[in-house]
Amino acid sequence: MPHLTMENIRNFSIIAHIDHGKSTLADRLIQKTNLVDERKFRDQILDNMDIERERGITIKSQAVTLPYVNKEGVAFALNLIDTPGHVDFSYEVSRALASCEGVLLVVDASQGVEAQTVANLYAALEHDLEIIPVINKIDLPSADIERVKEEIEVDLGLDSDHALLCSAKEGTGIEEVLDAITAYIPPPKGSVDDPLKALIFDAHYDSFRGTIVSCRIFSGTLEPGDTIRLMSNDAAYRVEEVGVFKLTREPRKRLSAGEVGYIISGIKTVSDVRVGDTVTLDSHPAPEPLPGFKEVKPVVFSSIYPISSDDYHSLFDSLEKYKLNDAALVYQKDSSVALGVGFRCGFLGLLHLEVVQERLEREFGQSLIMTVPTVQYKFVLTNGEAINVDNPVDYPDPVTIDKALEPYIRASIMIPERYMGVVMDLCLERRGVNSRFTYPTPGRIEIQFDMPLAEVIYDFYDKLKTVTQGYGSFDYDLLDYRESDLVRMDILVNGEKVDALSQIVFREKARARALQACERLKEEIPRHMFKIAVQGAIGGNIIARKTISPFRKDVTAKCYGGDITRKRKLLEKQKKGKKRMKMIGSVSIPQSAFVAVLKSESK
Amino acid sequence: MEQAGLYIHVPFCRSKCPYCDFYSLAAGSLIPDWLDAAASEMGLYKGVFGTFDTIYVGGGTPSLLPGPVLEVLMNRLVDHFVFIPETEITIEANPGDLTSERISLLKALGFNRISVGMQSFDDGELAFLGRRHDARGAAEAASRLRRAGFPNVGMDLIYGIPGQDMASWFHTLDTALSFEPRHLSCYQLTIEKGTVFSRRKEKGELVPIGEDLEREFFLRTSEFLTNRGYLHYEVSNFARDRKHICRHNQKYWQHVPYLGLGPSAHSFQAGRRWWNVRSVRGYCRALKAGASPVEGEETLTPAQVHLESVALGLRTQTGFDRSELRDPAAEEMLEKLEATGFLRCDGTRVTPTRKGFLFADHLPLYLCEEGRR
Repeated sequence: MPHLTMENIRNFSIIAHIDHGKSTLADRLIQKTNLVDERKFRDQILDNMDIERERGITIKSQAVTLPYVNKEGVAFALNLIDTPGHVDFSYEVSRALASCEGVLLVVDASQGVEAQTVANLYAALEHDLEIIPVINKIDLPSADIERVKEEIEVDLGLDSDHALLCSAKEGTGIEEVLDAITAYIPPPKGSVDDPLKALIFDAHYDSFRGTIVSCRIFSGTLEPGDTIRLMSNDAAYRVEEVGVFKLTREPRKRLSAGEVGYIISGIKTVSDVRVGDTVTLDSHPAPEPLPGFKEVKPVVFSSIYPISSDDYHSLFDSLEKYKLNDAALVYQKDSSVALGVGFRCGFLGLLHLEVVQERLEREFGQSLIMTVPTVQYKFVLTNGEAINVDNPVDYPDPVTIDKALEPYIRASIMIPERYMGVVMDLCLERRGVNSRFTYPTPGRIEIQFDMPLAEVIYDFYDKLKTVTQGYGSFDYDLLDYRESDLVRMDILVNGEKVDALSQIVFREKARARALQACERLKEEIPRHMFKIAVQGAIGGNIIARKTISPFRKDVTAKCYGGDITRKRKLLEKQKKGKKRMKMIGSVSIPQSAFVAVLKSESK
Repeated sequence: MEQAGLYIHVPFCRSKCPYCDFYSLAAGSLIPDWLDAAASEMGLYKGVFGTFDTIYVGGGTPSLLPGPVLEVLMNRLVDHFVFIPETEITIEANPGDLTSERISLLKALGFNRISVGMQSFDDGELAFLGRRHDARGAAEAASRLRRAGFPNVGMDLIYGIPGQDMASWFHTLDTALSFEPRHLSCYQLTIEKGTVFSRRKEKGELVPIGEDLEREFFLRTSEFLTNRGYLHYEVSNFARDRKHICRHNQKYWQHVPYLGLGPSAHSFQAGRRWWNVRSVRGYCRALKAGASPVEGEETLTPAQVHLESVALGLRTQTGFDRSELRDPAAEEMLEKLEATGFLRCDGTRVTPTRKGFLFADHLPLYLCEEGRR
């Protein structure tokens, strides 16, 4: 394909409420533009990871350049930037959107506008993007196009005359979508003669080529042989290759203002680049970087231990390799009386934590125990010293604490008005204070609360979705640290303290949390031959207790010649299952128990 | 050298009991084919096993075999294999089959041990179990065996039947003991997959007695029979004295070689275990065509031998050799289990206590871990 002028480039993203058909629409656009052989096509083609395909979510941003020739015979390069949809990755999403001029806002023809649709719309408006509403799934018998158009007008405040109708599943209306992208989304601006400014919106690791940086060029040009400079840390690299993404990488002689593509320049790990950073040329640097860069910091902490202590080195190697592709994960060596040697890790949020755990287990074959997730607390001691504590083990001696502080967030929750009562209750129960309300559109309400981060890290989002029947959307910003009354709650299993199960909790809630933890453990720990006491304690005081009754009999009546092989195979299977548990004294604790203690309800 | 054991599976029953998952057919017309096939199968193992000191004719219901069939069967065995003079020769029998003539025939054919499927001495329980005899029939069979002076009589009994209380169970035990059996097998009723009882349980028509009662039945049975002088030598087996421990069954639990003939029978020799096809027709077809009826086999790894030795040892008073536990973690666990009353250890053997028997399926998991913490 010839090098196109800026007039013929369109940079866009697709945003949608979960299950409204974002990935299917992306699939159809890719097929329609003949980017991939029918033979090689598979559904959810942009989601490479098993975990993305299984959960139907997108974790990493990804770009693809679609070649499109319209009816008038004009050739376009349509750069689709696929974005994650979860609040844990909201910064990555914001950088992807910053790289676009427009978005397709997908709405399900039968479900209509939902909470996430609104939140997505706001994110797009923040970046001043052209928004094209697309009503998808019009093939459904329950499709109600007129109602959805009205919702688009009323709830989103968009002109529904522009709304496109399609069925990504059936492949109808796809050409109209492509034409609308070329007609309504403005071409990129920026001069090729200005100094290079390229926005990094993602980076991933390739074992042959090192780090592949995904970027949007805002001004200037970039060629192999150039020396680039990353403006946040001033690191310089020589460019080996530039190109565009066509599902596989396609090298180009140069990338110019307006284009979306990749840079390969001998950067060893993805941790050396920061999403949101600006790339410029060493020889002709930009005077200032693109706006919006921020250092992403972990907010949730947890330790990872190998189930078998022999596997420590293998876990270390796996973490090192994993980290090559996930700059957001931070870790350092850690040790626990109960669990041995492992790693203290910092994550962007709980989905990120789950993704890391699942990928370490699936892609690297590790058997892990993750301890109770926590936030980072600050303590000012009586001697004036201030310390950060992101591990309950490091909770200082209570008599030395002068002041305890915990991180607060500003939670923004958008809901249909009718859910206001239940959401208020939920937020107050989670220690929300200082509430504010705005009414972005009639019938909808945005509630803001200042809330301790610790109250939302586990199941707040799930709870919110439950009480609002899926209509609640949630986002947050970190605010500051505020004074609090914090204690360490320990868990004892048959009298033995299990340090990996300790939590730092708000004093008034300690008893409730202890009881909750004991209940979860009672559900998670299988019955043994003996009675097991599970207790919650603060200092030496027991504040909660549950008992796991022993099983009473476990022997089959007959075991003769024909039964022995079957019996042994069963034992072998049980032994394998037991290997995935951790022995605390003589109690086997399954790996799931260590995180389950935070859950407020049973599965 | 250890003598081998010989098992013959007689896969025929007059009717199928609703709790039984053993392989058997009601079609007696296949008996001649089965007999021919069994004789051919013996030919495959001539000289493979050395001498035998037990024969166990099990089933199914071996006592339903016509006299001439049993006679041919025993003659073929003697033709093909070498037995020591005091071989233990057992047959399983239903009480209803034990006429005086039949008892004399069995004695004449050399059977010196009989295991009678009494199951209960309560008419209601027998009906529930779908047995063809009643309490009186069971008692009469026992009396006839005594009168005939049958040397070694064992009885099979079942407990933990829904609706059965301890008093009724002790009544059955007392009645059984009045005939002074040399051996008692007391099986807890187990609802096996694929049986009539299992279907009735799924439908909610049959409610198992529950773990607490199971435990009570088990412990009180053991106490009761031990007080009456019986040895509780295996989870479900009791013997009048050491001499009357079933020699044949011991082989299964101690990795002693055994040859199993007949459909679905299992054999073991030198760390290798193999088993025949389950279907009678398939078994007969294979042997008629001169082929082996063996359907599967496995050779045990050292780890598997170890696991089986411990697991099987924990089901018997013989226990297992302490040297089976090599790593310190298992040793430590052993001490804990001894202190808590599940196991007994002397210098060389580890044996289960009565309480230990209750957990015989679980204890190996504590002792056979890879020694990791």
